[in-house]
Amino acid sequence: MPQTRDAAALHQAHDVDYAVTAHKVSKNYGDVEALKDLSLEFPRGQLTTLLGPSGCGKTTLLKIIAGLLAPNSGEIQVDRKTVTGPGPDRAFVFQDFALLPWASVIRNVAFGLELRGVAKSEREGIAEKYIQDVGLGGFENSFPHELSGGMRQRVGLARALAVDARVLLMDEPFSAVDEQTRRKFQEDLLSLVQHENKTFIFVTHSIEEAVYVSDQIAILLPRPSRVSEIIRPSGFRNRGSENIRRDPEYLDIVDRIWSSLRSYVE
Amino acid sequence: MTVFGRRLPGMSSLILWGLLWEVVGRLGVTFFIPPLSEVLVTLFATIGTPAFTKALSETAYAFTMGVTSAIVIGVPVGILMGKNRLLDELLLPWVNIFLSAPLTALVPVLMVLFGFGMKSIIITTTLFAIWIIILNSRAGVMQINRSLIEMAHSFGASPIDAFVKIYFWAALPEILGGVRIGVIRAVKGVIIGQLLISIVGFGALFELYSANFLMSHFWAVLIVLFALAFTISEFLAFLERRVAYYAAKR
Amino acid sequence: MRGRSLYLKLLSAVIVFGAWETAGRIPVSYAFPTFFESMSALATLFLDGTIFTAYAETLKPLVVGVAISAVLGIGLGLWIGLSEKFDWLFSPIFVVMQSAPLAALIPLLVMAYGIGLTSKVFVVCIMAMPVIVLNTSGAVRNTPSVLKEMGRAFLGTDRDLILKIVIPAASPIIFAGLRLGISAGFIGAILAELKITPTGVGDIITYSRSIADYPRMYAAIFSIIVLAVLFLNLLEKVEQVLFKGNQRGYASD
Repeated sequence: MPQTRDAAALHQAHDVDYAVTAHKVSKNYGDVEALKDLSLEFPRGQLTTLLGPSGCGKTTLLKIIAGLLAPNSGEIQVDRKTVTGPGPDRAFVFQDFALLPWASVIRNVAFGLELRGVAKSEREGIAEKYIQDVGLGGFENSFPHELSGGMRQRVGLARALAVDARVLLMDEPFSAVDEQTRRKFQEDLLSLVQHENKTFIFVTHSIEEAVYVSDQIAILLPRPSRVSEIIRPSGFRNRGSENIRRDPEYLDIVDRIWSSLRSYVE
Repeated sequence: MTVFGRRLPGMSSLILWGLLWEVVGRLGVTFFIPPLSEVLVTLFATIGTPAFTKALSETAYAFTMGVTSAIVIGVPVGILMGKNRLLDELLLPWVNIFLSAPLTALVPVLMVLFGFGMKSIIITTTLFAIWIIILNSRAGVMQINRSLIEMAHSFGASPIDAFVKIYFWAALPEILGGVRIGVIRAVKGVIIGQLLISIVGFGALFELYSANFLMSHFWAVLIVLFALAFTISEFLAFLERRVAYYAAKR
Repeated sequence: MRGRSLYLKLLSAVIVFGAWETAGRIPVSYAFPTFFESMSALATLFLDGTIFTAYAETLKPLVVGVAISAVLGIGLGLWIGLSEKFDWLFSPIFVVMQSAPLAALIPLLVMAYGIGLTSKVFVVCIMAMPVIVLNTSGAVRNTPSVLKEMGRAFLGTDRDLILKIVIPAASPIIFAGLRLGISAGFIGAILAELKITPTGVGDIITYSRSIADYPRMYAAIFSIIVLAVLFLNLLEKVEQVLFKGNQRGYASD
């Protein structure tokens, strides 16, 4: 695949700035090796996807980067500072939303700021802006159980954006929403990456989704988890989101990833 | 809890509490708490006495009769309520009322209607156990997967076949759950009945011991009672887990 | 459909009270008054004010006992739910208490604390406390781990996590535990009045029985059951309004 080799060459030539680096990270759960000596770099301002079959440790890696899990060995650096726990430089978007069911949309969105001790009027002003941004204007005083799955995840996204972290960690954020909503989310995510100067780390098990949204795809293979391949789709990124799915490069990459993952399907 | 990397078994703290009891008893803090060791010695001495065996067998009899009638009446009523909407709407308010009503207040009525004896105690026990059994059997039937019933019909099952082969088994986890809670309530009911009608079973024994200030006898009987109650409830929980495996997969 | 349900409830009440009336008329027993006799005795109790003084007396140990159990029980439950050590130390006691016939302790309490208010409060407490403690600790332990993880990811301190996530998440179940505790407290309060010393409603029941005034006895029993059921139903309604949607709103629905 010429385009990926080109990308790799390009990437070495320009000494890319990395926002997050994982260096020889290992994680065991009892006797099970979830991750083994995994090293990976995440370029600043881009979206990197961790893609792999279930059980490949992609969520584990994401939670280690978030500081929610401690690695057994190795380290994570964010802006060259070693991660020891959750920090203000990272925000997390959860697969099952993790909204407080007893709190209104605005309190949920402002919750990260509330925990940082931001005054009520100030944090609600910030939350209001992001509620508008994700398209939930008018739902400020609704409760999570009154919203659809897709709207709930918009609340989760707004909460992560509201704390204005430089790195956004997304754990299969679209897996609990229906297919149409998911496609809309993917388009929105592309424009988010373009307009917000943030580094995105995105976990998914959908090959199409990964190729559609990513600047860099790290394919993880399981037991113990390691990076088997890094692919940088580059050719179709500027041709408009509606054309990506029929771009030959897009289709080629999807095909190629499938052929390398198919042997891992149980 | 883990100590030095080893997991302590669940109920092991009771040993610590037993030791504390022994110390408090030895120190002679209060007349009402004799040392545990003394209570245990009394326990083994009392357990074989005719007074104790009589109390135990009377209680066991009242309990067994009460629980049996609660199950024999409660399960079919619950299943019928689950299947028949009219019956359900007529009976459900009453079942809910008696489920939360303070049934102790009914014991005096039972006493004047059925006399100061075994019969009243058995009925008290039944009244404590039956409502939750009815309610759970009903819930068990109502949650049965529709396609399971349609499957039975499409393969030509007779109503009796459907009842015996589908309804009962599909509702079994809930029914057993109800029976377990019902039995725990029955244990409380049988003791409350005996306390209020204190000429039978442990009620009589308690009167005897407290009249004569036999503290270690009193505690010995309490330990036996609590241990029996706990064993029964754990055993039923164990049975429930054995059928619960398919409850999640229906 | 709402009309049908109300109609059936009324029908069901008519059937049951009618059966009571008929059984009283036959009569099935010399000690079985008719429904109307009992209700007129209840009306008399209301009119001469007896019932109000009686309930003032009966509810005293209940209110004090439930208040003590609620404060101690929720406090202890939170502690057990949050600390593994406390869980190990205290859980077994409450698990045993929950399945044990604690009423058997009453003769001992009477010996230790006499026949006054203290003993009665104690009876209410031992009946109400276990379910409050176990519900609270269970609810705290079962806080959805994803919410706690979210709290940590957004830099919540332990204190934030407990106050803003664990306790609100557990409160519906804690409240349900309180309701069950009050239900058990009613049983304890009446048991205390019937077993320890007849006061309040227990006195009306015991005294009426001794002079064979059965309608009055049935009326008193009827009133306490109605009171308990109405109060507990009210609490359940409050619960539904207060925690509407609290248990929902997670991923799967």
